[in-house]
Amino acid sequence: MPNLKDLKTRIDSVKSTRKITKAMQMVAAAKLRRAQEAAEAGRPYADRMNAVMANLAGAASGVENAPKLLAGSGDDQVHLLVVATSERGLCGGFNSSIAKLARAKATELTKAGKTVKIITIGKKGREQLKRDLGDKMVDHVDLSEVKKMGYSHASKIANDIVIRFNSGEFDVATIFYNKFQSVMNQIPTELQLIPAKFEENEGQEMPFYEYEPGEAEILADLLPRALSTQVFTALLENGASEQGARMSAMDNATRNAGDMIDKLTIVYNRSRQAAITNELIEIISGAEAL
Amino acid sequence: MATIQFDLVSPERKLASLDASEIQIPGSDGDFTAMAEHAPIITTLRPGLLSVKVGNDVMEYIVTGGFVEISATNASVLAEQALPRNEVDTAVIEGLIENATAVLKDVAAEGKDDADKRLADTKALLDLI
Repeated sequence: MPNLKDLKTRIDSVKSTRKITKAMQMVAAAKLRRAQEAAEAGRPYADRMNAVMANLAGAASGVENAPKLLAGSGDDQVHLLVVATSERGLCGGFNSSIAKLARAKATELTKAGKTVKIITIGKKGREQLKRDLGDKMVDHVDLSEVKKMGYSHASKIANDIVIRFNSGEFDVATIFYNKFQSVMNQIPTELQLIPAKFEENEGQEMPFYEYEPGEAEILADLLPRALSTQVFTALLENGASEQGARMSAMDNATRNAGDMIDKLTIVYNRSRQAAITNELIEIISGAEAL
Repeated sequence: MATIQFDLVSPERKLASLDASEIQIPGSDGDFTAMAEHAPIITTLRPGLLSVKVGNDVMEYIVTGGFVEISATNASVLAEQALPRNEVDTAVIEGLIENATAVLKDVAAEGKDDADKRLADTKALLDLI
């Protein structure tokens, strides 16, 4: 028979856990709304950028001296994986799913005889990948001080990637992040950054544009920006996904705590009743014996 | 009078969406004005003042670069950074100048001319406000 006092302590402790997870859920819900708004607000820019780039890239891809960011270095020996995760835990499978995808890709590339280099964004992904891929990590981006994800952060990361590419550190760059689908559902996604790929918008006919200065100059000017935009979009999606994942994880935790409190309360009440009955029996049988 | 749909977006948000009668744009090869039925053109921006005429009002924005896409009915300005003019003071511009100076310091030899021009354009903003 569990001790009544122990049970009481246990129930109180689960109750305070439930309070904390409930609070975290509400905080995540508020943050999710903000993150979604930010992702929404960034969309027109990213869409336009993508449309223009697709148009320009289509025209430039056959050309001999197309910019390297678009055409690649002509090799695919060294792969750079940019793994974007969160700075905090307690968000369900959010970080694990990205890490899993990145790890699978790294294994596949290593098997094919390629060299893999990894840049991690966010502490959690680094922790998860450190054990088996720690020797492949070349850099880490710390965003723990960042309150609100800005374009400047993304462009800093993108610039760093471009500098590494230009100095010949790698041939292909891919970013891993979680695409926000809904609160319950985030899709781990990989997106190739270099050589740059732009989806053609089917059905939307672009008028014949005049370019000033020339097409090649504009393309060279815009490619790094398009890269920053892609990184920025990925980070925003990741931000929204993180809060969504945390919200549903905390919702589950709150519900589990509730169930546990119910069960413990039943045990507690039964034990108390049993103790009372026991005492009564002792008194009565004592009186009868007289 | 025919109007042209004007959109000003930065990576972080949409700043404006208006029916404009004319738009003055600081293109990297020179300023120009776009009105309805303009020939389709894509051009890059230099740091400068973008002004949009809507009816009798004129709205002004400080942009730091990016590009603009113009068709007969639409003008989309994709600015790297854009601020309404009344929110910009000398301190903001000095911040921008500082950034441009820092970029100039880091840049490799082949990008030096561009960075130089960018710094000069940014400095010119001080005279605009």
